[in-house]
Amino acid sequence: MFKSLAPPEYLATIDREKCIRCKRCIQNCGWGVYSWGGDKVLINTSKCVKCLRCYHYCPEEAIEIVDNPTRFKQNAYWGYNHLRNIKRQAETGGIPLTGMGSDLPYTILFDSLLIDACQVTNPSIDPLREPMELRTYLGKKPSSVEFEKGRDGKLKLKTKMPPQLKLSLPIIFSPMSFGSISLNAQKVLAMAAKECGILMNTGEGGLHEDLFPYRDNIIVQVASGRFGVNPDYLNAGVAVEIKIGQGAKPGIGGHLPGEKIPLEVARARMIPVGTDAISPAPQHDIYSIEDLRQLIYAIKEATNYKPVSVKIAAVHNVAAIASGIVRAGADIVYLDGFRGGTGAAPSIIRDHLGIPIEHAIAAVDDRLRQEGIRNEASIIAAGGIRSSADAAKAIALGADAVAIATAALITMGCTTCGKCYTGNCSWGITTQRPELTARLDPEVYAERLINLIHAWEHELKEILGALGINAIESLRGNRERLRGVGLDTQILDILGVKPAGR
Amino acid sequence: MLEINAGGMYYRDLNQKIRDAVNSGEKDITVRNVNGQYYIGDGLRGKSTITVEGVPGNDLAAFMDGPTLVIRANAQDNISNTMNTGKVVIHGNAGDVLGYGMRGGKLHILGDVGYRVGIHMKGVKKQAPTIIVGGTAGDFFGEYMAGGVLILLGLNNDGRPIVGDYLGTGMHGGVIYVRGEVDKNNCGAEVGILDVDDEDVKVLKESLTEYCKDMGLSLDEVMKKGFKKLIPVSLRPYGNLYAY
Repeated sequence: MFKSLAPPEYLATIDREKCIRCKRCIQNCGWGVYSWGGDKVLINTSKCVKCLRCYHYCPEEAIEIVDNPTRFKQNAYWGYNHLRNIKRQAETGGIPLTGMGSDLPYTILFDSLLIDACQVTNPSIDPLREPMELRTYLGKKPSSVEFEKGRDGKLKLKTKMPPQLKLSLPIIFSPMSFGSISLNAQKVLAMAAKECGILMNTGEGGLHEDLFPYRDNIIVQVASGRFGVNPDYLNAGVAVEIKIGQGAKPGIGGHLPGEKIPLEVARARMIPVGTDAISPAPQHDIYSIEDLRQLIYAIKEATNYKPVSVKIAAVHNVAAIASGIVRAGADIVYLDGFRGGTGAAPSIIRDHLGIPIEHAIAAVDDRLRQEGIRNEASIIAAGGIRSSADAAKAIALGADAVAIATAALITMGCTTCGKCYTGNCSWGITTQRPELTARLDPEVYAERLINLIHAWEHELKEILGALGINAIESLRGNRERLRGVGLDTQILDILGVKPAGR
Repeated sequence: MLEINAGGMYYRDLNQKIRDAVNSGEKDITVRNVNGQYYIGDGLRGKSTITVEGVPGNDLAAFMDGPTLVIRANAQDNISNTMNTGKVVIHGNAGDVLGYGMRGGKLHILGDVGYRVGIHMKGVKKQAPTIIVGGTAGDFFGEYMAGGVLILLGLNNDGRPIVGDYLGTGMHGGVIYVRGEVDKNNCGAEVGILDVDDEDVKVLKESLTEYCKDMGLSLDEVMKKGFKKLIPVSLRPYGNLYAY
């Protein structure tokens, strides 16, 4: 075997003076970078992914992971990844895979939008001392409501409300399956969702029995592989989601690599141990909006009419597609932008297909309003929500709620190294290796995730207070309170946002 | 024995009626004058037998978990979609995408079927689905198959091909039995064609005894012609697709 002509991305280094040979780095590295050489720790730096597990667990701070200074000659056109991928493809004939959302420097519209605030002419509100409402209901809303007088003379709602999902704040966790992430990572999400009064989503990998106690905070997913789907599963959560596409890999299916399919995952998915779990690109019973309607109602019939969400990747024609989805009977449209994360996607797909979520939210919200059907479904926006500010901007653009996944994983130790597809995650998140998953104590990390959600909750309230409004409902679709910085007329028009200064 | 007249009834009302009857313990139900109503038996549980007279609509027995449905006519698309357990018997032809993601139970069809039948079927030792097609099948029969048993008999095919192209494409588990010869050119690259052994004959006889009883056919007649067995050549047909 010849040495790869793609040089290692990172150099793992040990300060031999500081090293006490405790071998914790060897134990902690899931990638096999370190080994014991009899009298010192040996380093195979080509395996290093800079996840920093070893760095954090080195008691002497002897480890340093540096970007390899030996790079290909700098070239503004032929980037490092172009050369590296070509060399690896020449060596293997394969498709370079990647995890995480795209890290390429496309324009980030969230960073070109600023939120309004009150000064003098309208009072801001102090959320520390005044009530601030973040509660959000997802589902169809009636186009009009009727009331009637009850026997006690009080007014009562006469209109029968379609089923609603109640959230304490407009943030939920994006779907990540048992298989793509460890059961412990799913438990962290479930525990945090329960504590925070929000929802987690099983992804397409069935519902492990350990998650049954959290069923009031779970959305179950049906996707093209139909893994783990049976009547118990469909009825286990508060809603069912049909996954058509994912922002990181629009238009293609999923392969959960065999390395991540041990017995327990295989059993949940009803496939042989060690095979790749294949989720076909399309769902072969859905080739049209009419077919989608058929599956939506097949699920509603099987669940006594629970809300059904339809998740699609944000693509060029997303507004028309979303309109079709709403007309097909979906209660929720879940839009996933091209920055959305993934456990495994060909990098060529991740980096070059789809559109950003900011454009998609504005386009879909506009279209549904123009057609007079915006009340027929809620919009969940996902795909690169990095902070409560991104969430607030997404909601102001027209989303009912946002979904986060990468941010949640970061609370569990993730450093966005992007190697989720290998199944070697040293933090025990995107792996099924028992010695690695055991590191992720659900109770410990659930607390951290709960902290994050509470922190974002406070931040959202501060933003609302500064805006002088006391309910998230008043921010929803309120693009008047956004301004664009450095955006051209056409983009401002698409976003329905004025430039700063106007 | 309960009779339901489905004539002119909306599917949602019809299915509610059937569900109520099953939940009240009715073991033998006949639904008359069915004319294209969707979702009959959708998500239905229990051990009842439901006889359908007339042509049922799409997604018959989707997500079904236990009951037996007997259709005395042709049927349409998406039958036994992600079905868990139970049995569907169709005394006629049926359409496309039957048994998609099926997880268990039996689907017996007397006549021909369309495209993408038995795709992405799953199975573990204790629970595995079986689909038996008496006539011919279209393209992509058993695509992405991950478990279970597909049997294609090609009875009365009048010289037409038994099966279309891309047979078993992407197969990585389970087994397909085809009565007669299989042309390698019709198969997906992931499929190996073998002769049946004694163990296979046992499996075939067991499944086909029940099928022949359902359909009023002679087992000896069906077993007269030889079978070919199709299995995946690799558990990971796409294992070498990726660079790193």
